[in-house]
Amino acid sequence: MNDMRLVERDVDATDIKIKARNVQVYYGASHAIKDVDVDILDKTVTAFIGPSGCGKSTFLRCLNRMNDTIDIARIEGQILLDGEDIYDKRVDPVQLRAKVGMVFQKPNPFPKSIYDNVAYGPKIHGLTRSKAELDEVVEKSLRRAALWGEVKDRLDKPGTGLSGGQQQRLCIARAVATSPEVLLMDEPCSALDPIATAQVEELIDELKQNFSVVIVTHSMQQAARVSQRTAFFHLGNLVEYGETGQIFTNPSDPRTESYITGRIG
Amino acid sequence: MTDATAPAAAPAPRPGHTAGSLLTLDKRTRARNAAEARFRLYGAIAVGIALVALVWLLISIMSGGLSAFRQTMITMPVYLPAEELDEAGNRNPAEMSRVTTLGYARVLDQALIALMAEQGIAIEGLSEDDASDIISQEAAAQLRNRVLANPDLVGTTVESEVLTNGRIDGYFKGRVTMASAELDSNVTPEQLRLADALRANGVLEKRINWAFLTMPDASDQRPEAAGLGVAILGSLYMMLVVLVLSVPIGVAASIYLEEFAPKNRFTDLIEVNIANLAAVPSIVFGILGLAIFINFAGLPQSAPVVGGLVLTLMTIPTIIIATRAALKAVPPSIRDAALGVGASKMQSVFHHVLPLAMPGILTGTIIGLAQALGETAPLLLIGMVAFVRNYPSAPPEGIFDPASALPVQVYNWTQRGDPAFVERASGAIIVLLVFLILMNAVAIILRRRFERRW
Ligand SMILES: Nc1ncnc2c1ncn2[C@@H]1O[C@H](COP(=O)(O)OP(=O)(O)O)[C@@H](O)[C@H]1O
Ligand SMILES: [Mg+2]
Repeated sequence: MNDMRLVERDVDATDIKIKARNVQVYYGASHAIKDVDVDILDKTVTAFIGPSGCGKSTFLRCLNRMNDTIDIARIEGQILLDGEDIYDKRVDPVQLRAKVGMVFQKPNPFPKSIYDNVAYGPKIHGLTRSKAELDEVVEKSLRRAALWGEVKDRLDKPGTGLSGGQQQRLCIARAVATSPEVLLMDEPCSALDPIATAQVEELIDELKQNFSVVIVTHSMQQAARVSQRTAFFHLGNLVEYGETGQIFTNPSDPRTESYITGRIG
Repeated sequence: MTDATAPAAAPAPRPGHTAGSLLTLDKRTRARNAAEARFRLYGAIAVGIALVALVWLLISIMSGGLSAFRQTMITMPVYLPAEELDEAGNRNPAEMSRVTTLGYARVLDQALIALMAEQGIAIEGLSEDDASDIISQEAAAQLRNRVLANPDLVGTTVESEVLTNGRIDGYFKGRVTMASAELDSNVTPEQLRLADALRANGVLEKRINWAFLTMPDASDQRPEAAGLGVAILGSLYMMLVVLVLSVPIGVAASIYLEEFAPKNRFTDLIEVNIANLAAVPSIVFGILGLAIFINFAGLPQSAPVVGGLVLTLMTIPTIIIATRAALKAVPPSIRDAALGVGASKMQSVFHHVLPLAMPGILTGTIIGLAQALGETAPLLLIGMVAFVRNYPSAPPEGIFDPASALPVQVYNWTQRGDPAFVERASGAIIVLLVFLILMNAVAIILRRRFERRW
């Protein structure tokens, strides 16, 4: 039985969840992402690293069409989720974002209760039929985010009253509650202290059993710790993409090497 | 190279940096501290001047207007003779209404003469005619209304509160003196002496004057009877119209412009124009209202509906500006959060952005309404300055009936000759201020209520 699952997971792990081809992003006249091709695997943590302003967030936001909210942003190329073009005219970004959840750099809980924060996604997508079911989803999501123990007695208290690390885990719980297939995280630990960071990293490791996780990070140690695959961006180009171990120990591009040895920053 | 010579020369002191003790202030710090102290002083002076002006304003209005809430009246028994008031003797109000106020004035005159005789009041040089002239002409009209409403009173003696005329009232409020009465054709010193005697006997006194709030305006000759009833109703109806129209339109327009509309030349143009509209003098809106609502659409003059429409036009830009500012102040991360879990644009706005912007929207709205409540100029143009004695009926039909408005009533009263109207105008200003303070209190309460939701 256990073996069966392992085998299954192995098969899944090689599945391509998101396939990006020839992606270009323009902010007005400035060309922020150039010719990016990338395959993001299912049930894997993929890290995007690179110097500030190289376009990691921009590319990440293409994956759930959050760039649609920026008037001057223009995206070209193809991004396929399970083989379907997410920029097809028939795709409603709202439906896409239920499948591709996002956690932002700064914890941004709604100014509502902890419960309402987590329950909001399931509510608007009609994922539950009863209050009991919703309670269950909330509890399950908070447990997944390793937050349940800390907040189970104060679910009706404002989410904004939690500490920074707790708020970020609440945001993760909120993203997880809609049962997305892909979870995008844009520097989720940059506003957190080391202890909270360790908790979130542990969480990411667990999340990859159920989701494909894409994480943008500033910290190469973090990328090395949590990810299986790493993509290095530089000035809007995807310079190198491959096994995390290989990128860090034996990069093939000189730019990658100078970045990880600290010469580009 | 120069290294060899450099150590010999003492390093030049860096400007603004002295090697002295921390306990003595250097010149720069002293100058900075002095500048700060000066700035604080200017601030305190400005606030002080504003406070003095405010207190002065309040004192002058209060001292001039509070007395309008008390009115001099004679409390006396009035016999209602059947032979004069109901000749047919059948107590039929339709037939009794043939007796005009003149008939009732005679009844009141007789009652006063009888009262004087009973109390042994005799004023040298005061004829019976002059004595009865201290009663307001309005009193007869009030008595007539009372009798027609209840014909069975005829033939009995009723205890009545009878208004005295404006000069007698003014005598007890310090407007009229014996010396001024000598020169005044409307009042004589003897009449004042009669009033003094009645007051000494306790039948004449100043009483709380609810009529000031409930009764309609009165003619130039009867300041003692002038009230704000119609003006308050008119203002209330206009505020209803403004509230019902400007809040939904203004808030919806701002939400659309701020959250949904594409940002292009056209919306930029609209934005600039809204800002300009907020600065257009109100009288221009009055002319617009006259042209569109009265001349073109054919709505009635002097009606709260037209006033309300004009004030709505004026208020919408204020509401839009306040609402857009409130929406802008909501952190974008909240919108991202909502969109990130798959909320639609509309859901993110209505579930998250709008509740957070609510305190600001409410404040802006109420400030807009308060501004509209105090607006006078456009109302003059659409005929709200007319002399209206009839109450408008209940809304919604009532908004088409002629009415007055509080600020216009103030303006109107200050235009009249009798100094008693100055008191009325100040009283009306107090009422207006009370309404404004109430509205601001509501704004504060609502803001607190909404802010408590984190
Ligand atoms: N909303 C925006 N409007 C215009 N330019 C933007 C916007 N967001 C990002 N950029 C530009 O795109 C480039 C990539 O930015 P970003 O993706 O945020 O980089 P990273 O996340 O790697 O630090 C930068 O040069 C940045 O200035
Ligand atoms: Mg970034």
